[in-house]
Amino acid sequence: MKRAAWTLGVFVALVVLLAVGLRLNPREVPSPLIGKPAPAFDLPLLMTPDKRFSEREMLGQVWILNVWASWCPPCLVEHPVVTRMAQSGMAPVVGLNYKDAREEALPWLARNGNPYRLIVYDADGRIGIDYGVYGVPETYVIDRKGVIRYKHIGPLTADVVQAKVVPLVQQLTGQ
Amino acid sequence: MKRALVILALALPCWAQDIEHRAAALERELRCLVCQNQTLADSNAPLAVDLRNQVREQLAAGKSDTEVVDYLVARYGDFVRYRPPLKAATVLLWAGPFLFVLAGFYLLIRFLRRRRVPVPELTSAERERAAKLLE
Repeated sequence: MKRAAWTLGVFVALVVLLAVGLRLNPREVPSPLIGKPAPAFDLPLLMTPDKRFSEREMLGQVWILNVWASWCPPCLVEHPVVTRMAQSGMAPVVGLNYKDAREEALPWLARNGNPYRLIVYDADGRIGIDYGVYGVPETYVIDRKGVIRYKHIGPLTADVVQAKVVPLVQQLTGQ
Repeated sequence: MKRALVILALALPCWAQDIEHRAAALERELRCLVCQNQTLADSNAPLAVDLRNQVREQLAAGKSDTEVVDYLVARYGDFVRYRPPLKAATVLLWAGPFLFVLAGFYLLIRFLRRRRVPVPELTSAERERAAKLLE
């Protein structure tokens, strides 16, 4: 009887481990940058290449960085969500055009709309590496002090925006 | 002067080769984050190409192997190491298989011990009979 109890116990423990493990997403690599200052960059703007922009210019406000590319289908899928998020006015959304070609990115924006406050152009992807980008799209929420507070990997959905981004931005803006 | 230049010219390929060896070794120890079961050495993903270039550039700039790995871990986390580091969080991952084997051995030994048939005690009459039969 005791042996049966032990066997059942081990079985239940294994089932629990399996249940937890199967619900984890192995593609999601948690970012070590949460809670760290947003890596510095000084990049040309996509629209006006002779102008440059640095993350320092966003100090003092809560902002969202959205990494996208015209060659990235999920970026197109999340674009309406990003647009609504930007239009809500809760925080400026800065675009980072990742490993893209200007002559492809500009028509993409013309076709699908440009919700971004501004877009920086990371042609060789080096700044992406600094931000730990490994798959576009990726979205960061950065606070007034320039610290990364949240990173979303993959396309944004309305649910994620409602559940994670909006409360966080509200909390950070209220500080 | 000319001799120094000749020696330098001959030495450069060795130095470049050393970078190559170190880069190749590091690439086998780092993970491609796109094709996550492959190392940086094996993967053809664009990010893997970028990261391989980064590794080479950093080595050429004089960084040590540890510094290059730390650079990537700072950006991508421990997962970028193909071999999980031994930390408090991964002790169970590394020790787990051995623990399972030990537990298995323990259970096996317990099971085998129980199976041994108990030897019946003989009475003195039975012992005499056995002695006679064995002569």
